[in-house]
Amino acid sequence: MKFEGISLGLKEFEKEIKVEWKGKLEYEWDCGIALSKFMEGLKHGKILARKCYACGRIMIPPRMFCERCFRPTDEWIELGDEGEILTFSVSFVNWDASRRKKPEIPAVIRLLGTSENMGILHKLGEVGDTLEEVLKNVKIGMKVKAVWKKEKEREGAITDILYFKPIKRRK
Amino acid sequence: MNVYIIGIGLSPPRKISPEVSFREMIYEAAEKAYLDAGIEPKDVDTFVSLSEDYEEGTAIFDEYVPDQLGAMLKPVHTICADGATGLASLFAQIKTGHFKIGVLEAHSKLSNILYHSHVHAMALDPVFVRPLEINPYFVAGLEMDMFLDSRGYDELDTAYVVAKNRTNALLFGRSSFGSFISPEEVLLSESVSDPLRELDIAPNADGACVIVIANEEIAKERGRDLIKIAGIGFAEFTPNIERWEGDAEYLKVAARKAYSKAGIKNPVKDIDFAEIDDTFSYKELQHIEALGLVSFGDSAEALKEGFFDLGGEFPVNPTGGNIGNGNTSLMNGLRAIYDAVLQLRGDAGNVQLKSPESALIATWKGLPSASGGVIILRREG
Repeated sequence: MKFEGISLGLKEFEKEIKVEWKGKLEYEWDCGIALSKFMEGLKHGKILARKCYACGRIMIPPRMFCERCFRPTDEWIELGDEGEILTFSVSFVNWDASRRKKPEIPAVIRLLGTSENMGILHKLGEVGDTLEEVLKNVKIGMKVKAVWKKEKEREGAITDILYFKPIKRRK
Repeated sequence: MNVYIIGIGLSPPRKISPEVSFREMIYEAAEKAYLDAGIEPKDVDTFVSLSEDYEEGTAIFDEYVPDQLGAMLKPVHTICADGATGLASLFAQIKTGHFKIGVLEAHSKLSNILYHSHVHAMALDPVFVRPLEINPYFVAGLEMDMFLDSRGYDELDTAYVVAKNRTNALLFGRSSFGSFISPEEVLLSESVSDPLRELDIAPNADGACVIVIANEEIAKERGRDLIKIAGIGFAEFTPNIERWEGDAEYLKVAARKAYSKAGIKNPVKDIDFAEIDDTFSYKELQHIEALGLVSFGDSAEALKEGFFDLGGEFPVNPTGGNIGNGNTSLMNGLRAIYDAVLQLRGDAGNVQLKSPESALIATWKGLPSASGGVIILRREG
């Protein structure tokens, strides 16, 4: 479908009188006990969670307190880097709302060993470049595995995991 | 129906807090407050949290509030307001009769902001003021200049506020900002936006504070430490700095409302002490006059004579105020409520006043605002 009218770009807006302010809104957030250890774990290729003995939930990202039981959590648990897809989307828009050719695929992945509905938010990769391909290759409940950055390149950030890719079943 | 403060919890203000996240810091304060109140979060009917997105570095920060308070799937209001305005919001909810127990939360992670002046700048008018590109402390400099000039005060007068509050904080012993410092030494600190000097500014601090309030039935069931919210009021003036008159008009209005509700005719006689916002030294004197504790132009002399000292006739900021405890932004008012409750319970240690029965708390939203509120607390029994 084609829309009629004049499309406005940066050029058109530059003609207007404007006030410009480049605020330096920069932060160094204290990650605290739970997230600092989680990030440190990622640097070493480990995914760490916290367990609450009261409700039995294994939480990721980890928390030093259980938001349901309102008590301190009790134990660090190292999870594997495999899991199953709880939900995913196929994103075709860039930050400036322009179209992407190759989509990004955000997904919530429940890592094996965590509690029900306790997912980690990340991206999927190696699942195709078009909507059709992605929808053919990705299903809710599908098993996936983390693809890590090379050890030397890891810095203790969520991006130390590049993406999750499908686990191919051996025939 | 009366409303009471039944629990207080504090993760004390300090310069930096790299050991904990904001979540862990709030959780600490909440746990202490719930223990103090003898309740569990499941008993709480409604929550009010104070925060400012630019200070958090997260938009729609209210979404980040519930977990560490035990407030998941409960009514939570996050508002950008000073402590008294926040308490008034919660107080009004309890007064409806639909809620029995309410929780007020505020915190600060100002140490995480790399360019605090830029956050302040985002509060200035983007068309008329921000383009002038002056460090926003100029707003305090302008107001201080007008305040001093209109009263015939000088910078030594406001330096007495700094000396008093830093000394009180040192005696109280909780804060690292306490020190024995003379007013003359304050004048040696560097000028920030004349006449405002570095030591006139409450130093930024991190911390978290949680206050639990309840209706009469719950409070009386609990039995001990009946601290009644006897009066409350709040007001906003105008964002137009050019219109400010240097008299903290917002607090005059808020005080009138709070006094009338609490049946206070003469605040100095009817109230025993006060926690008054002193984020900048001159604000304490300006607020003292706006609250009608002394007449226009008389606060500096009264301060010098020791009227507001720990042993004075009407102690102001006995634990050190914001200058002595640190500026924790929207949490300042909650820290003030916390310290006032300590006094009324007789738990204020070295700075404990002799059996105070009522407290005045005056809060300000901070630079560059003209908003604030007043709370009157009264101990019963």
